[in-house]
Amino acid sequence: MAGDPPVRPGPPLWLLLELTYRCPLHCAYCSNPTDFARIGPELGTDDWLRVLREARALGAVQLGLSGGEPLLRDDLEPIVAEAHALGFYTNLITSGVGLNESRIKALKRAGLDHIQLSFQDSTREMNDFLSHTRTFDLKSKVAALIRRYDYPMVLNVVLHRLNIDHVEQILDMAEQMGAQYVELANTQYYGWAWFNREHLLPSREQVQRAEEVTQRVRARVRERMQIYFVVPDYFERRPKPCMNGLGSVFLNVAPDGIALPCHAARMLPDLTFPSVRDASIESIWYDSPAFNHFRGDAWMKEPCRSCPEKTKDFGGCRCQAYLLTGDAANADPVCDLSPHHHLVTAAVAGAGHRRLVEKPLFFRDHRNSLAVS
Amino acid sequence: MSAVAADARPRIGRGLRLQWEPAQGAHVLLYPEGMVKLNQSAGEILRRCDGERMITEIVADLECTFGVSGLSDDVTAFVSMALEKRWLEIRP
Repeated sequence: MAGDPPVRPGPPLWLLLELTYRCPLHCAYCSNPTDFARIGPELGTDDWLRVLREARALGAVQLGLSGGEPLLRDDLEPIVAEAHALGFYTNLITSGVGLNESRIKALKRAGLDHIQLSFQDSTREMNDFLSHTRTFDLKSKVAALIRRYDYPMVLNVVLHRLNIDHVEQILDMAEQMGAQYVELANTQYYGWAWFNREHLLPSREQVQRAEEVTQRVRARVRERMQIYFVVPDYFERRPKPCMNGLGSVFLNVAPDGIALPCHAARMLPDLTFPSVRDASIESIWYDSPAFNHFRGDAWMKEPCRSCPEKTKDFGGCRCQAYLLTGDAANADPVCDLSPHHHLVTAAVAGAGHRRLVEKPLFFRDHRNSLAVS
Repeated sequence: MSAVAADARPRIGRGLRLQWEPAQGAHVLLYPEGMVKLNQSAGEILRRCDGERMITEIVADLECTFGVSGLSDDVTAFVSMALEKRWLEIRP
């Protein structure tokens, strides 16, 4: 069966601006590229405003402002103001570090719709260990500030082997803080998390216990607090429909202006991702070879090419296929139809009887970034 | 499904926004990190939920605008569903 040629996609409904890779935290599962310390200068304010205008004209409507830590940009407020004026729904994705009362007031005035605050764990000790900073008390203050300024309270906690047994305490903490939404996002193994996979991958029993606890708390809190448990795909038999297919709805602009169909896609070899410094969002989205490459299914290999599920999961994640098999066009090995599925099951089995990892946890920081790139 | 009083004045839920998107040819409901593309009838109902008008007035307006009658049950059912999903809220 021949692959269909790429069809012209709809608009990039979701725009994610990674305003900076700088971050006060040093999380060992960070999704930023491991070579961030070698990546070129950040875009200036005017460039970001142009990106907003061009993307909105194409139909982009959900806007994520992330990083790194977006609050490290002192032009965050004018960026939010322009986005709001253009009609974006604006989401700030933050560690909370740098969010004091005068800034939250200014952001509210600029029209910011929503703040997603990350925690690393439920206690000061674990939060501060996992982020390699002393930030727990500060985050707790920021949570109170978010409520006081009448924002929906949305907490995000990335789960992994070292904190997944604390899900009950994490949800208790969220409830006490008055959270309306809690996202328990299991670590995805790219970037820094890929380096630290042995430390971070939980056992199957840990994942099952965490899901049971989540179900129990859900039954108790009901609509008062909505809990999203983002399933760790290593424990599945079918891959996630990553980004709904690369280049279908999601557009990411990295701090240096490189446009990507997924924040991790920068690692994919043999593709030259265009820069918003040289090209319009319209030409990047519709005409650039890098964005067209994984559209349609002409790029697929077997078993995906002839698989009836290819329209549902698009073969899974290209980055995961590349990291695990060395070829981004292979089926995502999470799929049990993939000839490489044993790579995933072996990793999960290893997590089942691991007691100690000899190499230390590799925290995300400037020096480590230079060391690995 | 909980009953909704005919004199209730629903409005778009806190933190949500309803707007017309030309690129999608539809009303969309925007919320933290998510979006629902609405069909025409859902969009027409929701854009009348301004916290000022009662459900009876919204029904009357829709019946007049589209030249039909007997929309009350459908509108009430939709509003109940939207309240459960927190797309809409009723402030005391």
